[in-house]
Amino acid sequence: MQRTSAWTPDYFHKVVDCQYACPAHTPVPEYIRLIAEGRYSDAYMINWQSNVFPGVLGRTCDRPCEPACRRGRVEEEPVAICRLKRVAADNKDDVSARMPAPAAKNGKRVAMVGAGPASLTVARDLAPLGYDITIFDGDAKAGGMIRSQIPRFRLPESVIDEEVGYITGLGMTLRLGERIGSLKTLLAEGYDAVFVGSGAPRGRELDLPGRQAAAANIHIGIDWLSSVSFGHVDKIGRRVIVLGGGNTAMDCCRTSRRLGGEDVKVIVRSGYEEMKASPWEKEDAVHEDIPIINFRVPKEFTHADGRLTGVLFEVVEAQYDDKGRRRLTPSGAPDEHYECDDVLVAVGQENAFPWIERDLGLEFDEWDVPKVDPITMRGGIPNVFFGGDAAFGPKNIIWAVAHGHDAAVSIHKFCCGEDVADRPPPEFSLISQKMGIHEWSYDNDIANDRRYRVPLRDKAVALKDVKMEVELGFDRETGYREAERCLNCDVQTVFADNLCIECDACVDICPVDCITFTQERDEPDLRQHLKAPALNLDQPLYVSGALPTGRVMVKDEDVCLHCGLCAERCPTGAWDMQRFTLEMTHAGGACQSR
Amino acid sequence: MTYILKPQLHHPKLATNNLGFTRRDYEGSVSTLCAGCGHDSISSAIIQAVFELELPPHRIAKLSGIGCSSKTPDYFLGASHGFNTVHGRMPSVLTGANLANKDLIYLGVSGDGDSASIGLGQFAHAVRRGVNMLYIVENNGVYGLTKGQFSATSDKGSKSKKGVVNHDAGIDLVGMALQLGATYVGRSFSGDKDQLVPLIKAGLAHKGAAFIDVISPCVQFNNHVGSTKSFDYVREHNEAVNRLDMIPARSPIHVDYAPGETVTVTQHDGSVLSLHKLAELYDPSDRAQALGFLQSRQARGEIVTGLLYVDPEAGDLHDALDTVATPLNELGQADLVPGSAALARINAELR
Repeated sequence: MQRTSAWTPDYFHKVVDCQYACPAHTPVPEYIRLIAEGRYSDAYMINWQSNVFPGVLGRTCDRPCEPACRRGRVEEEPVAICRLKRVAADNKDDVSARMPAPAAKNGKRVAMVGAGPASLTVARDLAPLGYDITIFDGDAKAGGMIRSQIPRFRLPESVIDEEVGYITGLGMTLRLGERIGSLKTLLAEGYDAVFVGSGAPRGRELDLPGRQAAAANIHIGIDWLSSVSFGHVDKIGRRVIVLGGGNTAMDCCRTSRRLGGEDVKVIVRSGYEEMKASPWEKEDAVHEDIPIINFRVPKEFTHADGRLTGVLFEVVEAQYDDKGRRRLTPSGAPDEHYECDDVLVAVGQENAFPWIERDLGLEFDEWDVPKVDPITMRGGIPNVFFGGDAAFGPKNIIWAVAHGHDAAVSIHKFCCGEDVADRPPPEFSLISQKMGIHEWSYDNDIANDRRYRVPLRDKAVALKDVKMEVELGFDRETGYREAERCLNCDVQTVFADNLCIECDACVDICPVDCITFTQERDEPDLRQHLKAPALNLDQPLYVSGALPTGRVMVKDEDVCLHCGLCAERCPTGAWDMQRFTLEMTHAGGACQSR
Repeated sequence: MTYILKPQLHHPKLATNNLGFTRRDYEGSVSTLCAGCGHDSISSAIIQAVFELELPPHRIAKLSGIGCSSKTPDYFLGASHGFNTVHGRMPSVLTGANLANKDLIYLGVSGDGDSASIGLGQFAHAVRRGVNMLYIVENNGVYGLTKGQFSATSDKGSKSKKGVVNHDAGIDLVGMALQLGATYVGRSFSGDKDQLVPLIKAGLAHKGAAFIDVISPCVQFNNHVGSTKSFDYVREHNEAVNRLDMIPARSPIHVDYAPGETVTVTQHDGSVLSLHKLAELYDPSDRAQALGFLQSRQARGEIVTGLLYVDPEAGDLHDALDTVATPLNELGQADLVPGSAALARINAELR
């Protein structure tokens, strides 16, 4: 197996599982350390640089970082990364003075369609460079789905106003209440670039018998949530059925509980485990006394005298073919009828571009979605860029932010006359954390605590008010304790072959048996011949060059605690703990590649 | 030394033995020795050996004297019995403990100062009496705690870290143990756990006086050019006479090497030692030949390692004294004070 080439950002970036899994590559361990130090504003600003909406995401992120978290592989649960982000947002001081200063205009005009997280990210990145930005949105306030679809009891409006305000405060023109009806007309207005961040605004319809006759009590989930958010709807029937198993369905059922729904059920085609909703969102729904009924396929909306009476379901079961693919087949059990007063349909959402003329030069794929380059975020017209749900279909806020950063780089390069495809690589640094013989500038004494639960407001109180935030967030003390569970995976174990005397001290002290000195072999063979077999193939082996005895040092990164004991016990400094900092490429610079 | 405790978190696939213990359960507190000390590797080898032998920690007594090596019992087998004696007096205390309770497994841990200088007489007599124990000397050839003077096992002609040449002859504890009648004698190197762990396992299973000299480089004071106990010197001059596999009693015997190259020896407790010969003519059952071989190789500057001598039929001090089967500490008042009638009977036998 080849010696690990450590001097590229890729290897060490991958070791920081959370940061690697985050679409925006937020430096998670770095901000968690700042939270532990009580430097909430600094932690907030690190987040703000990377993911733009720390307060929003600290409550609502899909948290791809947490399933990736190394802590989840050495004990039961990962660090509560998402809720720690909220601790930074809740406890920070006034950070308005830290926001970028308004820049002298550079004469370039950029239009953005939609005022959601993708467009706002592009605007955040480009405004400080002097771009003249105009954002169009059909709603009366900026924020997009953050404001219209996420219920207030999960995300208070004050948090949205604050974080959207930081961006709009950078200086830009907001044209709210103006829905763009034609891309052709917009392009004719002479903008240097157009960014399409219009989301996936259309809720999927469920065209079953009775849909038209009972239409008054059948609502499309995202439209209904939006009406609740903007105050157009403030009550629902006593008995509610929510159809669908995604996060929108969870928001619908929990919102129903707060608007008068006493008997609220979620009824889903799939099994519980396969539901698309995040596990914690399912738990939150169950906690609010909402049964989730699985393996029921809706057949018909029943009605009497023009009024909805219920929904008829076929009972199915999951069958798996030899390739492990799931098929739902009729179970043979008699159909079931559930009575209700209202139905919320949350069976998916899709892109809709009725406002984009098909003769402009944009290519559309088989689902009638514009083709977008996944790296440059550019569509088929040189100056039109896409991001967020409008680019590759419904995802989530953090992906929208990542798209926005990439699109901003492209727009900046395009407006500077540079090749958009020529992407500068991220910069990185590795800095030794050694302070003394056995002292490090990070806390390597890992807490043994199990994951802390976020306290919730009393259910009886929470269910009375759709605007009352149900999660209370960690207080500072609990936030500190949870932060101490972080393994500091960005503090890397860096090995210098030429200093090693093969004394075995690191092998002996390692609490998780991840270091082995052995004969060189091919990787699959090597993985079987380590002190603890390295069976997690997603995790790389760190392999040294040949040592004086002809052996090599092999470290399995999988469950390394980054406790630094290998470096503390190393007599020659062959092991060192070095902090890895990755600086993602964001739009910037005076029109020149780095 | 390290200020933090070793994290409790361990590898999710960490194996347990038949007692339900993981290897980590046999650890002690975190070492306060210098980073890279060979002694820490020996501690780790002891932990591995006891884990593999599936010994209950409370059946082991670890005894030591004074010195870097004698500090190490704090760093392994945290749930076993321990005794730090006066300098050089570990063999006497161990002998006494063994006489009082022969059912424990005795592990004596000492160093070249503790055993070859102040405790040389103690070492000699515990070995010649055949006390049932494993006596490990962690031999670094230097006084580390007092900052690097030559010890009694430093080879004549070797150089100190400051460049002073040693003019005294070194004591060879392996040669002495052989002459004094030890019934299990080995030498190994802290940097070779593949060799050391089976030697410790077989030594713990041996009945009688077992002795292992483990060369253990002192990274601080004796790991330089000119030292004969440095990592580099030992690796260059190591001549292993055999490779040992220790197969505990009642385990299926599986030998990796071709027949003819392997000798198997069954010990008292039923454990089998499978010895893969590396030196063609070396016979570990011949004490006199072992002594001659050692001396001739030593004269050439080679360090002979491996299982050098074993007498699988050896007896111990309790056999020689013909003590009762019950450990003395378990004898009750009635056994110990049998009364005047018994005294009269004994006196009558002597008339």
